Amino acid sequence: MSIRNRAAIVGVGHTEYAKNIGRSEAHVALEAIQKAIADAGLTAADIDGMVRFDMDTNVESELTYMLGIPNLRFFGEIPFGGGGGSGTIALAATAVTAGQANNVVCFRARNRGSGTRPWAARGASAGMVGVPKYHFPYGLLAPVQEIAMFARRYMHEYGLTSRQLGHAAVAMRNHAIRNPNALMRKPITVEDHQNSRWIAEPLHLLDCCLESDGAGAVVVTSAERARDGKNPPVYIRGAIQATGPMALSMTNYYRDGSLASPSAEYAARALYEQAGLTPADINVAQFYCAFSPQIPQALEAYGFVGAGEGGAFIEAGNVEWPHGKLPVNTHGGSLSEAYIHGFNDIVEAIRQVRGTSTSQVANVNFSLITSATQNPTGAVIFGREANA
Amino acid sequence: MSEPARPFPVPEDGDATYWEAARRHELVMQRCGSCGRFRFTPRPMCPFCQSWEFAWSPVSGKGVIHSWVVVHPPVLPFFQDKTPYAVALIQLEEGPRMVSNVIDVDRGDMAMDMPVRVDFMDLEDGVTLPVFRRA
Repeated sequence: MSIRNRAAIVGVGHTEYAKNIGRSEAHVALEAIQKAIADAGLTAADIDGMVRFDMDTNVESELTYMLGIPNLRFFGEIPFGGGGGSGTIALAATAVTAGQANNVVCFRARNRGSGTRPWAARGASAGMVGVPKYHFPYGLLAPVQEIAMFARRYMHEYGLTSRQLGHAAVAMRNHAIRNPNALMRKPITVEDHQNSRWIAEPLHLLDCCLESDGAGAVVVTSAERARDGKNPPVYIRGAIQATGPMALSMTNYYRDGSLASPSAEYAARALYEQAGLTPADINVAQFYCAFSPQIPQALEAYGFVGAGEGGAFIEAGNVEWPHGKLPVNTHGGSLSEAYIHGFNDIVEAIRQVRGTSTSQVANVNFSLITSATQNPTGAVIFGREANA
Repeated sequence: MSEPARPFPVPEDGDATYWEAARRHELVMQRCGSCGRFRFTPRPMCPFCQSWEFAWSPVSGKGVIHSWVVVHPPVLPFFQDKTPYAVALIQLEEGPRMVSNVIDVDRGDMAMDMPVRVDFMDLEDGVTLPVFRRA
């Protein structure tokens, strides 16, 4: 038994995004979840399942206490931060398909803009344990530096250039300019990208995601119930999780072979098999991009181009709406809309199926969203029709 | 006002031997007693053959630069006045990789596959960090 087309998204909600939203993570979680429930045409009493990121500060018991949800009979958590978003959808779809719950809320609430940087908190006490003890003393501290280590090797092995990453950043910005939810709506050029200050060479400021506050939520229910809902159902065609060999979170340093072969390849294989689709069937893609190298990495891992061809594909304009062969991050992504740990990418992937994106791809049948390629990861394909 | 402290490694059960050896200016790693492969970072069992048998064995200290990053702010307070600085990923000749600093190479002179050799940096409080120099 597969989850393919057995579950669907029936409600979506999110707060505005801001550098400092001025409300607590509990407050924004409640707002987003309430909006998603209302969008689904449901009430709090209808919600009987909940899936969170394990890094979220909001726990199920407190949310049900605050929201007034009378009874949950399914709740679960997905680890690995930005790698986990797709997993929340996969777990909710699994619960619904198995009959463990009827209406499952998935959400992420994060004030990463106004709050502390997790790596700074980790290093604040000076004594390091675990794998970080082999990194922090040498000055390898933060995700951008961890990804930059991978990115330089990837550039060396595949010839990807910083300018090509700049083309990706420009495309995401152009999408954001059309998007009233986006935080960054000033046009940029590749020269602006190249001139933006170094953060961790080879990565510039404009290779890095925003630091944002906000929350997003969805409601997942069975495909049967979704057909009677307020909105056209957005079917979960496939939803999987994956780790690759020795896939530590954020660092693939200690595994055999090239640094350029991450968990994402395993996710892609499992996803297309579950969905019964190929890359040619995908009309639009939202790629988690805390950092720009994750875009060519995802293009290659998910089979849209061959190894080493991601940079050229981007440079030729192929990730930009409306003329690109595969518009990517049509909301502006984590680089230009907001960074809510990839949850806003899930929201945009759903919008593309509903036809409500501000950079709407024509005739979307299948919409892909991928979670962080540098972590244990996951990916989802949403579909417009159940019998496609 | 005291200076900010460098993040320092706290030896734990599974890796105290590594840090004790470093204090003696020796680089050792776990070598599987069944399949013979070296592994890093330290782990209780062999991820290649699932054996629990291993010995802490010296490695040559010879390797090459596999990648590096030049770090700019924001950083932890200790590193603030050291930016920009290079952090490298070293490929050791026995197979494992490790993060370190190449202490005698200017950040602008770092190069892929540059041969390097281990050295040791004694910090305060009895902690020694394995580091690398151009070979």
